[in-house]
Amino acid sequence: MQETIDDAMDKGITPSQTVGPFFKYGLTPNGQYDWNDAFTGNLVTPDTSGERVRIEGRVFDGDGAPVPDCMLEVWQADSQGRFADPQDKRALPNAAFRGFGRCGTDADGAYAFDTIMPGQVPDPDGKPQAPHILLAVFGRGMLRHLYTRIYFGGEAANDADPVLALVPADRRATLIAAREPGGIYRLDLSLQGDKETVFFDI
Amino acid sequence: MTLLYPVASNAAHPAPLSPEYKSSIKRAPSMPLIPMRHTLSELTGPVYGHETVRAGDSDLTTQHKGEPIGERIIVHGRVLDEDGRGVPNTLLEIWQANACGRYIHVRDQHPAPLDPNFTGAGRAQSDATGYYKFTTVKPGAYPWGNHHNAWRPAHIHFSVFGHAFISRLVTQMYFPNDPLFPFDPIFNAVTDEKARGRMVSSFDLENTQPEWALCYRFDIVLRGANATPMEKQ
Repeated sequence: MQETIDDAMDKGITPSQTVGPFFKYGLTPNGQYDWNDAFTGNLVTPDTSGERVRIEGRVFDGDGAPVPDCMLEVWQADSQGRFADPQDKRALPNAAFRGFGRCGTDADGAYAFDTIMPGQVPDPDGKPQAPHILLAVFGRGMLRHLYTRIYFGGEAANDADPVLALVPADRRATLIAAREPGGIYRLDLSLQGDKETVFFDI
Repeated sequence: MTLLYPVASNAAHPAPLSPEYKSSIKRAPSMPLIPMRHTLSELTGPVYGHETVRAGDSDLTTQHKGEPIGERIIVHGRVLDEDGRGVPNTLLEIWQANACGRYIHVRDQHPAPLDPNFTGAGRAQSDATGYYKFTTVKPGAYPWGNHHNAWRPAHIHFSVFGHAFISRLVTQMYFPNDPLFPFDPIFNAVTDEKARGRMVSSFDLENTQPEWALCYRFDIVLRGANATPMEKQ
């Protein structure tokens, strides 16, 4: 069972297929099915330091209809800008903070993540990026997940962020969550159309 | 050591808009995706170990009081990177219909029986060589509303993490020689025949267990290639 790879093996990657309509009982059961959640939308552990924030919004399709069967995943640095991954060699990350979360949208297309404001992470030239969270969007009708980023409204560093600078100015707002009272940041996602969220080819 | 993630490898994936798959029509972006350099945010990813996988999570036939109805099967293989190296200690999650082609999801109203002894969800962690193994029952084909007399080929959904957030893969594992392949717009959204073949498991007689279960082999190749020393501090 541990044989080496056949030399004739085709070297390409395994293609993506849609997560489909029925992932919830396996990936986001949330107490509704006879299975446990490996991940939730709450990234905050008791020993996590940093500014608590809640990111919420809704997901819409090309008709502007809410998408009730999306799955969203986030990946982010801790409040010092370090990742909970040994591949990040710069410093040990913030205690038990894992930086990963997953949630499904509800009947109104709504999602929410409870987390902390990430610190700044350098770009490949060592230049600091504005605080951001990576977001992957999965759903029925989506043959592969889409990648986008969540930035935070009111952050001065947004103006100098090298990734936001790649985005046409009139579409940048689709990546920036609006600050509301109580540590809430609101960002709606649009999969298609006039308000289409910017997605990245990464 | 770190991996590079050639964007060209993404060509294996289906295009977002595949009109034969009707649900893609209003859910595919209409504007081009914006290319960008990978930063540390893209090149790192969540690390989940044994604490995420409970004992027995990889055997979908022993999660209830009785045994599920259906053809017991073993599904095993390796999670690999683009250079054929095993991806160690990575999380795999699967979900599937029961032997009758019915999911326990509340929205699945296909008039086929549910099985009180089958949930259809499982988890495993690859070992140090990338090897994983599940025991389950063979899922049935099931109808869906995409077009007249549309039936999905039997499949098991796989979710795999890999070394970075951009190696994340959700796919479906199919069974060899399924007669529904030519008619399935999701399978055929992968336009390259070789690439489609990578989603099809192979029958594995050598690891079939006598008097117990047929075995299928499914290797999963994730993005990531060309290991290079990364000593940039």
